[in-house]
Amino acid sequence: MELVAVFAPLVGFLIAFLFGKQIGPRGAQFVTCTGMILAAVMSCALFYSVILQNDPRVLHLATWIAAGDFEVQWALRIDQLTVIMMCVINIVSACVHVYSVGYMSHDPARARFMAYLSLFTFAMLMLVTANNMVQLFFGWEGVGLASYLLIGFWSHKPSANAAAVKAFVVNRVGDFGLLMAIFTTFVVFGTVQFDAIFTMAPDKTVDTFNFFGFEIHALTLICLMLFVGAVGKSAQLGLHTWLPDAMEGPTPVSALIHAATMVTAGVFLITRFSPLFEYAPFAREIVCIVGAMTALVAATIGLTQFDIKRVIAYSTMSQLGYMFFALGVSAYSAAMFHLMTHAFFKALLFLGAGSVIHAMSNEQDMRRMGGIWKYIPTTYVLMWVGSLALAGVPFFAGFYSKDLILEAAFASGSWFGQMAFWMGIAAALMTAFYSWRLILLTFHGKPRASAETMAHVHESPNVMLIPLAVLAAGAIMAGSMFYGAFANSATSPGHTQDIKHVGDMVSIWDKDYFFGDSIKVLPENDSVVAAHHVPKWVKLLPILAGALGIGFAFVVYMFREGMADKIVRAFKPLHTLFYNKWYFDELYNFLFVKPCFVIGKLFWKGDKNVIDGLGPDGVSKLSRGIAGRLGVFQTGYMFHYAFVMMIGLIGLVSWFIYRTMGS
Amino acid sequence: MLDFPILSLLTFLPLLGAAFILTIRGEPEMVARNAKYVALYTSLFVLALAGYMLKNFDGSSGDFQFVEKVTWFPSLGISYHMGIDGISVFFVALSAFLTPICILASWDSIKKRVKEYMVAFMVLETFMIGTFCALDTVLFYIFFEAVLIPMFLIIGIWGGPRRVYAAFKFFLYTLLGSVLMLAALLALYFHAGSTDIPTLIASPVARNLQFWLFIAFFASFAVKMPMWPVHTWLPDAHVEAPTAGSVILAGVLLKMGGYGFLRFSIPMLPEAAEYFAPMIYWMSIAAIIITSLIALVQEDMKKLIAYSSVAHMGFVTLGIFTLTAQGVQGGLFQMISHGVISGALFLCVGVVYDRLHTREISRYGGIVKNMPIYATVFMLFMLGSVGLPGTSGFVGEFLVLLGAYRVDPVVAFFAATGVVLGAAYMLMLYRRVVFGPAVHQDAGEMQDLNWKELVNFVPLVALVLWLGILPGVVLDKTAASVNKLISQYEAGLVVTTPVDEPPRDAVQEPVE
Repeated sequence: MELVAVFAPLVGFLIAFLFGKQIGPRGAQFVTCTGMILAAVMSCALFYSVILQNDPRVLHLATWIAAGDFEVQWALRIDQLTVIMMCVINIVSACVHVYSVGYMSHDPARARFMAYLSLFTFAMLMLVTANNMVQLFFGWEGVGLASYLLIGFWSHKPSANAAAVKAFVVNRVGDFGLLMAIFTTFVVFGTVQFDAIFTMAPDKTVDTFNFFGFEIHALTLICLMLFVGAVGKSAQLGLHTWLPDAMEGPTPVSALIHAATMVTAGVFLITRFSPLFEYAPFAREIVCIVGAMTALVAATIGLTQFDIKRVIAYSTMSQLGYMFFALGVSAYSAAMFHLMTHAFFKALLFLGAGSVIHAMSNEQDMRRMGGIWKYIPTTYVLMWVGSLALAGVPFFAGFYSKDLILEAAFASGSWFGQMAFWMGIAAALMTAFYSWRLILLTFHGKPRASAETMAHVHESPNVMLIPLAVLAAGAIMAGSMFYGAFANSATSPGHTQDIKHVGDMVSIWDKDYFFGDSIKVLPENDSVVAAHHVPKWVKLLPILAGALGIGFAFVVYMFREGMADKIVRAFKPLHTLFYNKWYFDELYNFLFVKPCFVIGKLFWKGDKNVIDGLGPDGVSKLSRGIAGRLGVFQTGYMFHYAFVMMIGLIGLVSWFIYRTMGS
Repeated sequence: MLDFPILSLLTFLPLLGAAFILTIRGEPEMVARNAKYVALYTSLFVLALAGYMLKNFDGSSGDFQFVEKVTWFPSLGISYHMGIDGISVFFVALSAFLTPICILASWDSIKKRVKEYMVAFMVLETFMIGTFCALDTVLFYIFFEAVLIPMFLIIGIWGGPRRVYAAFKFFLYTLLGSVLMLAALLALYFHAGSTDIPTLIASPVARNLQFWLFIAFFASFAVKMPMWPVHTWLPDAHVEAPTAGSVILAGVLLKMGGYGFLRFSIPMLPEAAEYFAPMIYWMSIAAIIITSLIALVQEDMKKLIAYSSVAHMGFVTLGIFTLTAQGVQGGLFQMISHGVISGALFLCVGVVYDRLHTREISRYGGIVKNMPIYATVFMLFMLGSVGLPGTSGFVGEFLVLLGAYRVDPVVAFFAATGVVLGAAYMLMLYRRVVFGPAVHQDAGEMQDLNWKELVNFVPLVALVLWLGILPGVVLDKTAASVNKLISQYEAGLVVTTPVDEPPRDAVQEPVE
């Protein structure tokens, strides 16, 4: 069961990739979709046996790297946290696979596309099932590779290639942090196996580690390095610049990788390492601050963009910010909750946007859309559902998870938690605003596209709409259904620890907490439980913010034409800053990219002029004077030189033998 | 243990093949054809023999195996002494593995003097394998230096337009190194009264002498590696060499430096190794960072890969001199992996060079459309070079950095920046060559791999993935020897250093 859930996508990838030509695009689509659906069904079965029957397990496969006292295994760690991730990944991925059959139907390389999607899914599954840090790194880099391949899928587009390379290289900066975390963990703990690390963590709280001459609290150092990795993968402020550019990839890719799964790997990583983060309060503080700032900054950029996919991309970044500040206040299960609901409604939004783009003959600029809701009503309704969930309107999925995060931040009682709460409220207002800005600009008003495009506007085929419907069901129900499980915690009554016997079932209908030991929260840090006791206004404020944002969007984009321009003019400097994405790209180009090339050229010249000048070329110049007189010997034939050398060698050896024989 | 001298067979069979090729007479075309087939079959037979050797190699022992010892010059104690341990076994295998691939790669691309070319390659194989099997310094030195001769010929006769300059540069560099190494070997002989390598390892050398000897060895091996800043011969040599020459140069010849460190510098001169280790760390870091930056701005495909080789060899020297089990194992693994990956990358360059006759990156672009199989193969090796987990490139780099981190986190920190830079230059290369719009029509219309080329790539692809997913095949066989090496090194530190004396005082006498 575990093996099928993890390796079915790999098999699909191998068949579609290696024999894509033989089995044709139809065959490739069939193989990969079947593999994915099988994997999705199996993960639901695992949900039953691991979570409901409370039976986490580890499956050992083979030894990977063993050198000295260092050893890592290929293994599948199937615990509650893993299974949640597996369900999300496999279900969303299966939807995206099926959707792609329709979306990519005109692409000549669609077999390869399906293969890459399956490869990505496999890598992501390896990431979440890892039982040690190195296998996690394997999956981590594997998803990076798949993301690189898929962003640059339309390889004839220079912008797509640039975005792909950028994504990979920026992610590598994050991977650098993760690599350092692995090394530090090994030096501190003597192992990189999860179980061993987590058991030992409480004994290592006083250890320090010497890094660049500073004695640093070892666990804090490890956690901060892990966080650098998470920042890269999850596009948090600082290493986020690749995510908007990644929208160059086909839309199903954006939905699967850059919204639902890969970008949430950072959230998973920190949740997985909750037994360490619990003992590293300073690291959590940093996580919380960076998360809150990301949520806010991304939302401000999202307000001003016109590319429909980029708006959703910035919204993804902003939502990831929410998850991170939840992690920062120890509300791990709340972050996981939002991860899950977000996967559904954001994948829905992206695929919906894809459906719009498909209908508009590949137009992505919202300034050239408008007035199409009558022509594509199903897509329109589904986009509404996604936006309602995103804006946190009551009883949609996002409402439960986002509110839980905000309440937990407020309830944590720390200054950074309070700060995150207020920044989160502000971001929620903006989220609601830009979501309806998107809907109104895209679907309402007068058509701004060319007559030719408008004539072609058509609803997508069922093969695209059915996956959307599945995701929409998730976006509506996932919140209310799982609220109890995620909103309780290990320290609150009625959780899995009370279930002692195999066969006893965890009942999600009774709102039982089901994470078991896979998430660790110290009782004094438990903000999720504290979140149930916040004042009434804290619970109401996010709803109010959402409603305000929606209303404001209607005023600006529906009822008062021209008001948007007036606002832009009034806040010109601010708008310029937001519209240009706070100038991060320009800054990084100036600080890192350009200097690298300049220094590279400099050193290259150094090789030529300094090293060679003093070395071989200098010597040769010097000797040319002498050689000029002995020009007879300079024949230019290599074998002459070699011959001379051989003679020299024989001479030396004979001298050596002669010397020693004589002595 | 086997009852026939397998190492001598491995070493001298190619020489026999070369002799046979020399006897071929007749029509020029016929001669060329027969020479190719003789060379191919000989090298394949050697490969099979090497496989047999690998199978019978006992990984649980750190001792020399398949030992052959015949007295050569009795009065001097020089003997014909061959044997391999876990450190050398995979270099022998690598040489045997790459030679048939080189011959296949030259099948159609070498047009002139085919017979001589094949002879050169056969002789080269003999010397390469001999270098890694020799357990007597005289024997070792002869093989080690003799390797250069066929390599010179290959670059000098079948090379590009600036081949004389390149070979001259190579000559100057290595001459300096080899003279100094010869002096060191002589000094060792006078000191210990033996040329036998196991005997030399067992006899401690005075501390002061160790430093001089170390520097002499270092000069030779550092040029071979090549370490920054004595690397500038490599890009030129690669650029001018024919494809197969580059493959062997990157695949095997560069490894002789690393092998030398492991065979001579560390076990024979442990105190000097300990003393110089920090210097070597920083030279390695310089190699990794500086040559990566240089690779970033290259316009010539072969030069770019040559510079990346220097960076990857930086990981090797770093790993070896961490003198931890992980670092040394990682360094060894990195050498083997780099031998396969960089060899394969040069083959990849060779494929498009054969079609368009230029190495300039900007002359390519958009070739993925017409050459999807080539693009896939190239992608895999590019990722191996970047060190993606699951390829062999990752295991070596990871273990080296892990070993380095244990010794000094700061060193590992700077070395690990190579991970980011490596991704940058390789991805840029790939993007400019393979992706993008097809600007040049001739580049866009190139034919995909033919079956001969594909057959050549298949074993390389398989090896990169196999070693990446189950590196145990190598690590299990090298472990015992590496552990023995480290214990020899540690024992060497204890023998000559009184415990309470700080080690640095011995070489720099305090002036009072």
